[in-house]
Amino acid sequence: MTAVSKAKARPAVYVGERKRRPLTWQHIGQLAVLIFVLLLILFPLYWMITTSVKQTVDTFAVPPLLIFQPTLDHYQQVFAEGAVPKAALNSLIIAGGATILAVLLGTPAAYVMARFEFRGKRDLWFWYISNRFITPVVVVLPFFLIARDLNALDTHWYLILVYQTFTIPLVVWLCLDQFRAVPRDVDDAAKVDGCNLFQTFFYINLPLAIPGIVVSAILSFIFSWNELLFALLLTRDQARTAPVEASAFMTGMGIRWGEMMATGTLIVLPVVIFAALVSRHLVRGLTMGAVK
Amino acid sequence: MDAYSAQTTVSGEMRGTRSSERRLAIIMIAPSVIALLVIGIYPLLFALNVSFRSYMLTRPRDLGTFLGLQNYGTVLNDPLFWGAMGRTATLFAAVIPTQLIFGIALALLLNATRWKGLAAVLRVALVLPFAMTPAVVGLIARLLYNRDFGFFNYLLSLVGAQPVNWLGDPTGAMIAVILTDIWQWTPFVALVMLSGLTLVPQDSIDSARLDASNWWQIFRYIQLPFLMPGITAVLILRTADILKLFDMPFILTRGGPGVSTELISLYVQRVGFRVFDMGIASAQAVLLLILCIILSRLYITFFYREVVVD
Repeated sequence: MTAVSKAKARPAVYVGERKRRPLTWQHIGQLAVLIFVLLLILFPLYWMITTSVKQTVDTFAVPPLLIFQPTLDHYQQVFAEGAVPKAALNSLIIAGGATILAVLLGTPAAYVMARFEFRGKRDLWFWYISNRFITPVVVVLPFFLIARDLNALDTHWYLILVYQTFTIPLVVWLCLDQFRAVPRDVDDAAKVDGCNLFQTFFYINLPLAIPGIVVSAILSFIFSWNELLFALLLTRDQARTAPVEASAFMTGMGIRWGEMMATGTLIVLPVVIFAALVSRHLVRGLTMGAVK
Repeated sequence: MDAYSAQTTVSGEMRGTRSSERRLAIIMIAPSVIALLVIGIYPLLFALNVSFRSYMLTRPRDLGTFLGLQNYGTVLNDPLFWGAMGRTATLFAAVIPTQLIFGIALALLLNATRWKGLAAVLRVALVLPFAMTPAVVGLIARLLYNRDFGFFNYLLSLVGAQPVNWLGDPTGAMIAVILTDIWQWTPFVALVMLSGLTLVPQDSIDSARLDASNWWQIFRYIQLPFLMPGITAVLILRTADILKLFDMPFILTRGGPGVSTELISLYVQRVGFRVFDMGIASAQAVLLLILCIILSRLYITFFYREVVVD
């Protein structure tokens, strides 16, 4: 790419110049805006983390303190009380379980959809996409009533099943693309060697599709981990997830900001790591098709 | 629709495949379809059924008497329902133009800047706001908007303004929800737009530059057409997301003060689980569902006009 092609405004000035562009005020301005945007994005995270390691007195300081004596008291308190670690463990079980189940159910379906023509395939496809649009509040009432009849309220497995409403479409949607990228010749060769359809899928295609599967698994995990509405109404104590536990901080009189932000930091930590890992695919997962 | 539309079944003909292979294919696809039927369709039918009845959560064994469309009439004449819809529309009107304008501007900047390294860092950082647990975003926002020691009031004090009781005031609370949503979702819009911009052929921009077009002409006539699909997608998806929006305002304001930030999802949830009137709540949910179906159809019409699955 040439220098000319990159210059944004005032193009005529740069035509003919092929080497390094001189630094102009415009570039300085761009740099300033980009840094400002970066700070704007990171500021709430920074504020959460610093508040979680501030002494309680320092939290209330006006103006806010930039330099303070850090403390891990709030984290110790959070771990000593035990509710948050327990909720995080529940979240891990539920989000992990939902992800594994979705991959188990979704990848064979995605493979078949990538390889076969059959009646209703388009409808099935549209249905998967439609799930992105269903408001959870529409189905949370029946989910609640069904759970009560089944004695399934406050169980891990029920939430794992409920989360399949959004994890299966996600996995099918992302893996379908991945399987389509595997050449059909591979399948034909496997067939000649005597593999049946499932073996061709399991031994040949699955290993080749690992990148797509990992991405869809991470996205499923993030969305399950973050979910609040279903967890709030379908769990109470035993299967209570981390976001529900976070929301519990809002009740009661004195709000314990330090513990609250320590909890928030612990909840967000895995999401931040995973999101950074799959940052390029996150938008694709959220738009289901509009973005390549 | 098309020739396939008759039914969603996997038992149809599979072109040119042996019967044993076809059976295996059905076995492989069936579990996910059955799972989604059970957890996707059944609850919807359940909600539809309950929406025609007088069903109170406090009387669990009694499915209630059949009321026909009475619940729907109640909902459509319920000023609280329309109030919640109105607040949802207000949020939409405040948030969407802002996110589009700033999202597009940021995408243009990221696409054209000479600070490639910084732009790459930003592309990763931009993911964080909308990947973050919305409940935690609500918690952080509560801290930032605190009247006594929140950061926003500190900023106001720097310019000599009086502290604002953000979350205790109806307008202030709505502004807090709006700003938080803008923070969380503008990066998403920017990334969608950026992916549109990368499709613009560099040649057309170069030749436009030689014609001495200014940046607005380049944007309007060369880049904008490539952004239109993304803009459509953002409009539809954000509409669906705002109808869904629950976690962040639930933590940030609980719909308050009063009902000043009670969006539609919060309201339906309250009618069902605080007022215990499942019949009414289900009727509201079904109306909401119809909106969602319209949205998803729009989305499909715009993005899957051609046969998507080859």
